[in-house]
Amino acid sequence: MNNNEYEKYYVPAQSPWPIVGAIGLFCIAFGAGNYVNDVKNEVTGFGGYLLLAGIAIIIFMLVGWFRNVIDESMAGMYSKQLDRSFRQGMSWFIFSEVMFFCAFFGALLYARVFSIPWLGGASNNAMTHEVLWPAFEAIWPLTTTPSGQVTEAMGWNGLPLINTIILLVSSVTCHFAHVGLEQDKRKQLKWGLGITVLLGVIFLFLQVEEYTHAYQEMGLMLSSGMYGNTFYLLTGFHGLHVTLGTIMLFIMFLRIVIKDHFTPENHFGFQAASWYWHFVDVVWVCLFIFVYIM
Amino acid sequence: MSTTNLNADNHAEEHHGAPSGIMRWLLTTNHKDIGSLYLLFSLLMFFIGGGMAMVIRAELFQPGLQIVEPDFFNQMTTVHGLIMVFGAVMPAFVGLANWMVPMMIGAPDMALPRMNNWSFWILPFAFLILLMSLFMEGGGPNFGWTFYAPLSTTYSNDSTALFVFSVHIMGISSIMGAINVIVTIFNLRAPGMTFMKMPLFVWTWLITAFLLIAVMPVLAGAVTMVLTDKYFLTSFFSAAGGGDPVMFQHIFWFFGHPEVYIMILPAFGIISQIVPTFSRKKLFGYSSMVYATASIALLSFVVWAHHMFTTGMPLAGELFFMYCTMLISVPTGVKVFNWVATMWRGSLTFEVPMMFSIAFIVLFTIGGFSGLMLAITPADFQYHDTYFVVAHFHYVLVTGAIFSIMAGAYYWLPKWTGYMFDEKLAKAHFWLSLVSVNVLFFPMHFVGLAGMPRRIPDYATQFADFNAVISIGGFAFGLSQLLFVAVVYKCIKGGEKATDQVWEGAEGLEWEVPSPAPYHTFETPPDIK
Ligand code: HEM
Ligand SMILES: [Cu+2]
Repeated sequence: MNNNEYEKYYVPAQSPWPIVGAIGLFCIAFGAGNYVNDVKNEVTGFGGYLLLAGIAIIIFMLVGWFRNVIDESMAGMYSKQLDRSFRQGMSWFIFSEVMFFCAFFGALLYARVFSIPWLGGASNNAMTHEVLWPAFEAIWPLTTTPSGQVTEAMGWNGLPLINTIILLVSSVTCHFAHVGLEQDKRKQLKWGLGITVLLGVIFLFLQVEEYTHAYQEMGLMLSSGMYGNTFYLLTGFHGLHVTLGTIMLFIMFLRIVIKDHFTPENHFGFQAASWYWHFVDVVWVCLFIFVYIM
Repeated sequence: MSTTNLNADNHAEEHHGAPSGIMRWLLTTNHKDIGSLYLLFSLLMFFIGGGMAMVIRAELFQPGLQIVEPDFFNQMTTVHGLIMVFGAVMPAFVGLANWMVPMMIGAPDMALPRMNNWSFWILPFAFLILLMSLFMEGGGPNFGWTFYAPLSTTYSNDSTALFVFSVHIMGISSIMGAINVIVTIFNLRAPGMTFMKMPLFVWTWLITAFLLIAVMPVLAGAVTMVLTDKYFLTSFFSAAGGGDPVMFQHIFWFFGHPEVYIMILPAFGIISQIVPTFSRKKLFGYSSMVYATASIALLSFVVWAHHMFTTGMPLAGELFFMYCTMLISVPTGVKVFNWVATMWRGSLTFEVPMMFSIAFIVLFTIGGFSGLMLAITPADFQYHDTYFVVAHFHYVLVTGAIFSIMAGAYYWLPKWTGYMFDEKLAKAHFWLSLVSVNVLFFPMHFVGLAGMPRRIPDYATQFADFNAVISIGGFAFGLSQLLFVAVVYKCIKGGEKATDQVWEGAEGLEWEVPSPAPYHTFETPPDIK
């Protein structure tokens, strides 16, 4: 390969992975679509198996696809321009994730500012309140729903506070690792990244603890009205993102420790995972404020 | 390492033409192949969705219930809407973007070619799931394309889960497609192709892609909440648990209104390419076009509740959304003005793409006017959920979006196939479509103003005559579209050889490469003057 070709924009050859991924996604969607009905109607069907098969296919696809990309990158086939494409692509993907969370934060905001006060008779809704649920009191956290379901609110100063600190610290260690990578201090990189992954795992572990506690001792469930709904969907989707982020960082860790990948100039994979991690962190801070404290 | 191997593989690919067989299409990373796939898929969906429209019009041909059960009628209106929006219009625009954006900015391909393939191939699966759900026990989705809660939660059938997951896939596809377009435009422009030199189709797509990335995730959130409300006992949209069905409408329309602009901004782009070509003049007011597009996009985030005037909200809300909606017609008017000004004193010729474009300008404007009428809150109390709304959005979507797609297809077809299309047949297609589409949609204004509600399989007898006319227009419009297939088919098979420039007044990079455009264009960036 001569030097000119480095500058050329790399358009990959045909690739089997997207179509494999499409089939995987189909199995997930069709499987999950049937599975939730099977559960609701209390019958056994193929849905669950198809869902699992789909997940397996997607994992297979991701491994294969990323292996190709990594091989190509290590072979020096990527230009600076392509690196920028990846970076911009990842940034826009994160923006789309932000908007996904916005939908749920929006629901939380709407419930607190509008629907719950209105059910309590605020604004011009005295009749609504009188006719529908006259006993309903509009307070947040909504521990008693209009239909009378009772639950308990999650405080912010136990596990959630610890988890906040954990995630904040992990963002710092992640950045520390990044600085290490850029200055070619491999030891700092390895330690920083290793600790970040570890903190991610601890966070997830504590999150499970929190959920167990909520379900078993507090009676705070997904079905506990608007408070439980927003609590579990927001923290749940965040938790899924933490899981994904931790896996991504862990893979980067393995690539660094085992294969000695990444250079100060060329480390998009690491960069993407760390951006994702910071994003997950910011979401948590919003969660901590709007779901737990306020 | 496998360095040499990898290179050998890829370079063989890069320098030769297209691989052959079905695998070419399944595994392709070529923007032109993927563009063609999108376009063909969208054509297929156009006919499937169109078939459903024929069922609707057949039932509505006469008052009373004749042909289908009311529940099946509802499934038809629902799936017709979903297919046309997500399966016909949006993929057609993505297909055009795939084909044309890299050629217009002098890029070798889309920025992320493998992801490009993925965003296409998940689409057929999404629609397969949606169509399969029609055959489930209990029937398919029947709550309208807007899937308002509690119709889609408390009162929906078992197909809801399949609906939700298929919408998720459509969303993923759109987001990936949009990311690809944005990154291509930001990062792959040939040296010298500054932002303010970009063709307007590229500009409008850039802004559309931004809208897509911003609102498709919100739609994903909405369907997710529908799913959990129906299957996991949450109560986002149920007052008993502290939620609110009205909240559904807010979330949905926060997506839904930008979505309608997603379906019209690329159309503006296409028209802005075609009109100057056949007027043999530069586009009038290029930069005002860019700013108008951007302001439409921004405003589109603050008008969503004009779909909810009758749902109810505090008075200040009703007024705010009324004024913002009216404000949007200002930049829209700027665009119409600019197209007309471009034609003013141009040496016009009326080739088929131009005929569709002129029809677009006139008929889209009618749709804009009815939109303006609907935007007046107190008036909308009368018009809402009547056929007047149906007339409005079919003028902007069929004679707007679809006509622009037809115009674009005829405009670029010679570049894609290397042959001129059969002008006579295409003109027949145009005139038949133009007449029938107005027979189909114009009377809807009248029945709507007279109070005929939408999405109902039966109606009062005083609407009978108009409905018969509408249905005849509908069948005629549906049949006319078969001519389009004939034109495209013949054009792929052969015909008069197209020159590189194809149209006498055409300007831009895409007209400087041979027709048909070679499999790989601009492997080295062109010089931009
Ligand atoms: C001048 C610009 C426009 C204005 C002022 C406007 C205004 C409105 C209003 C107020 C409604 C709600 C009517 C009701 O349900 O009572 C409406 C509905 C609708 N508009 Fe527009 N509109 C405009 C342009 C467009 C464009 C460009 C498109 C799409 C390409 C579009 C697509 C739709 C659709 C699909 C609906 C109906 C949605 C449904 O309920 O199913 N509109 N429009
Ligand atoms: Cu709207």
